[in-house]
Amino acid sequence: MAEPLLRVGGLSKSFGALRATDQVELEVLEGETHAIIGPNGAGKTTLIAQLAGDLRPDAGRIRFAGEDITALPAPARSRKGFARSFQITSVYRDFTALDNVALAVQAHAGHSFRFWRPARADQALRAPARAVLDEVGLGARADVPAANLAHGEQRQLEVAMALATRPRLLLLDEPLAGMGAEESQSMVRYLATLKGRQTMLLVEHDMDAVFTLADRVSVLVYGRIVATGTPAEIRANPEVRAAYLGEQE
Amino acid sequence: MRLGRRRIVLLALVLLFAAVPPAAALLGQPFYVDLVRRVMIYAIAAVSLDLILGYGGMVSFGHAAYLGVGAYAVTILAVYGVHSALVQWPVAIGASMLLALAIGAVSIRASGIYFIMITLAFTQMLYYLGVSLDAFGGDNGMRLPMRSQFGGLIDLRNGTQFYYLVLALLVLAVLLVRRLVDSRFGMVIRAAKSNEARTRAIGFTPYPYRLAAFVISGGLCGLAGALLINHTAYLTPDLMHWTRSGELLFMVILGGIGSTLGPVLGALVLLVLENALSSWTEHWQIILGPFLVLVVLFARRGLAGLLWREERDG
Amino acid sequence: MNLQLVLEQVLNGAQLGVTLFLMAAGLTLVFGIMNLVNLAHGSFYMAGAYLAVTFYRWSGSLVLGVLLALPATLLVGVVIEVVALRTLYERDHLDQVLATFGLILFFNELIAIIWGRVGLFINLPGWLSGSIDLGATFSYPLYRLVIIVAGIVVAGALWYMVTRTRLGMLVRAGATNRTMVAALGVNIRLLYTLVFGLGAALAGLAGALAAPIYAVQPGMGDPVLIQAFVVIAIGGIGSIRGALVGALIVGMVDTLGRAFLKPALATLISAPAAQSAGPALASMLIYLLMAVVLALRPEGLFPARGH
Repeated sequence: MAEPLLRVGGLSKSFGALRATDQVELEVLEGETHAIIGPNGAGKTTLIAQLAGDLRPDAGRIRFAGEDITALPAPARSRKGFARSFQITSVYRDFTALDNVALAVQAHAGHSFRFWRPARADQALRAPARAVLDEVGLGARADVPAANLAHGEQRQLEVAMALATRPRLLLLDEPLAGMGAEESQSMVRYLATLKGRQTMLLVEHDMDAVFTLADRVSVLVYGRIVATGTPAEIRANPEVRAAYLGEQE
Repeated sequence: MRLGRRRIVLLALVLLFAAVPPAAALLGQPFYVDLVRRVMIYAIAAVSLDLILGYGGMVSFGHAAYLGVGAYAVTILAVYGVHSALVQWPVAIGASMLLALAIGAVSIRASGIYFIMITLAFTQMLYYLGVSLDAFGGDNGMRLPMRSQFGGLIDLRNGTQFYYLVLALLVLAVLLVRRLVDSRFGMVIRAAKSNEARTRAIGFTPYPYRLAAFVISGGLCGLAGALLINHTAYLTPDLMHWTRSGELLFMVILGGIGSTLGPVLGALVLLVLENALSSWTEHWQIILGPFLVLVVLFARRGLAGLLWREERDG
Repeated sequence: MNLQLVLEQVLNGAQLGVTLFLMAAGLTLVFGIMNLVNLAHGSFYMAGAYLAVTFYRWSGSLVLGVLLALPATLLVGVVIEVVALRTLYERDHLDQVLATFGLILFFNELIAIIWGRVGLFINLPGWLSGSIDLGATFSYPLYRLVIIVAGIVVAGALWYMVTRTRLGMLVRAGATNRTMVAALGVNIRLLYTLVFGLGAALAGLAGALAAPIYAVQPGMGDPVLIQAFVVIAIGGIGSIRGALVGALIVGMVDTLGRAFLKPALATLISAPAAQSAGPALASMLIYLLMAVVLALRPEGLFPARGH
């Protein structure tokens, strides 16, 4: 069997006495859609931060595409094909949706020490950006400043920006956060179209979405992965049920 | 050529400035040529500062240092008999860029408060250095031996010729910064200012770009320094005093941060105001101080924001 | 270069260090807890000096002058905080820098209007002037020694307050995580005002103590402010320990540099070259030191964690 695209081993991070991440083992295979679920306070945010390169783990290794990226900062990870979207929408509010995505394209188009040509007239950036916007369904809103987009559209923009970098792995941090029922379904439908051709690591609370999209699910409780398996296996797992007792589904 | 609103205003400003020497001659008031020339020189410095401040979000309290380096470079070369502007001015720019590189390398990695403090401290360091350079006037300063020479093409002793040279350089500076800001390079700087986490997440490492912007900004300000010393013809370390940096920052804010012409307007208003106030009372700073505070508190978007609600570089 | 000279300069360095510590302690707390860049902090130093002079003239006693200047400066600080600075807490650093810069211009000119631009002087009373003998062959000005001792006492009092009292606990907590402290329901406004007032009082003390030996004139606080910035850059933001260590380092390096760099250089290069390079380099020394520290430790030596 081929080496997993992402392999996390023994990842640990403590804040004082609090073990936010406790010997986490995680694998994401190429082409897989892998979800991470867990009750509130399980340490998902800390784990994401370490995967994305915003936080240094105390121990453990992260291997991506056969390379040890544990010490790499976030921009370097992105350049290696690791893209992420943010749980709390983090786009360029003063720039249009197209500008936003074009910047993501630009980040992966070599160095940016180009001082003369106006970036907004650069078709090498604008055309691919437009294509990605169309793909996620924001094509008509390309020229709207990001701050003026509806919340659901901003979440779409988050995904678009991540996709525009042509990632090998797409890390989606609660893509459905704050979305209403209709918007959520729309996003899930879209993500389903990515299944198979885009490796995804999905962190989500919304169980319907998780069970629709995920090939495999890992459950994070108190910083530890307590179970990994197909959605059906996880559903039936007594430990998982116990952890979620009292939690809404 | 599509004439956007911005271009119209720039054109109008250029025409206005261009009309000053003949108007002053007509009115028999050569003083205005002097004043507006000084405004334009400071405007170049303010434009350079706006590049990193308005677009890059880097609050440099140390830009006076580059004015000083530019001025000292020209003077020191002049003392050693090198008077050609074609040597002096590139040296002034180059020296400023080197200094900006050195200071930037140490400061830019630092977070907001630190960056301000550090740039302030380095400027003061250069001030003290200037004060201790007895060979070049020390505390009291010294006269510039001879103005920069253009080999007969332009005579800087001719107030009007010098004036138009400065005007041309100001226009170039504004156009240059405009280009930079709209280029791929400029977009990275602006993105990093707008949302640093996002910028890193998509794959940019802001540091080298910020450093480059800092260096370019320093170089342009060094040019302003070379112009300034030719204007005042008297070198003094006061050029590098940190309060000068504060004035430059104010010009940018007053005019409208992150707007093309804001710094120019800011320089105009601040210098004219200082001029008017200081001729009225010796204690003009007690009026200027609170005025500045009020501008910060209530007119944060500056003149550009008040006058025509320019959408912030959409 | 003899032992006496070195000893004298070391003590001078300690005295400068004390002055800088008093300035930097308040400033670093205000930075760390309120995230406020206050360029006008030097104005409190100046206010302390001028108030000390005024009370001295009124009462005839230096001690009374200094003692009265303290609460007066505290009051000035509190008034400034309430009237002018409260709105700045939410603003970004650029706004804070510019607004407080405007305040500096205002205060410098205000002082000049009230007291004139000419430097003022305080005469040390008989019992404080003169030197004290330390050892058989060495004597040192008593007053400077008093300043050093005062600094140690204040540092001790601050340490006690910060580590042993409830207020100190809030201060430390606020320095490491401001939002959390606010979320815990502490009266943030009062805390801010107290911290700010404390900082102003410390700066005022520094100014008042300095009045007899340095020139009391408008703008006197500005160079000291910048040195305090260097101290904080080296020591780390939000940390009293950093301020103390940084202040002593800066005080020593600056004083010893000015005293000994020129003769030291003269042993390496020609005397005339040392004559010009020595003072120039000496004045740049603390900034170069700051650059080195920052290159190695961008957060300073003892930063308080978080924001």
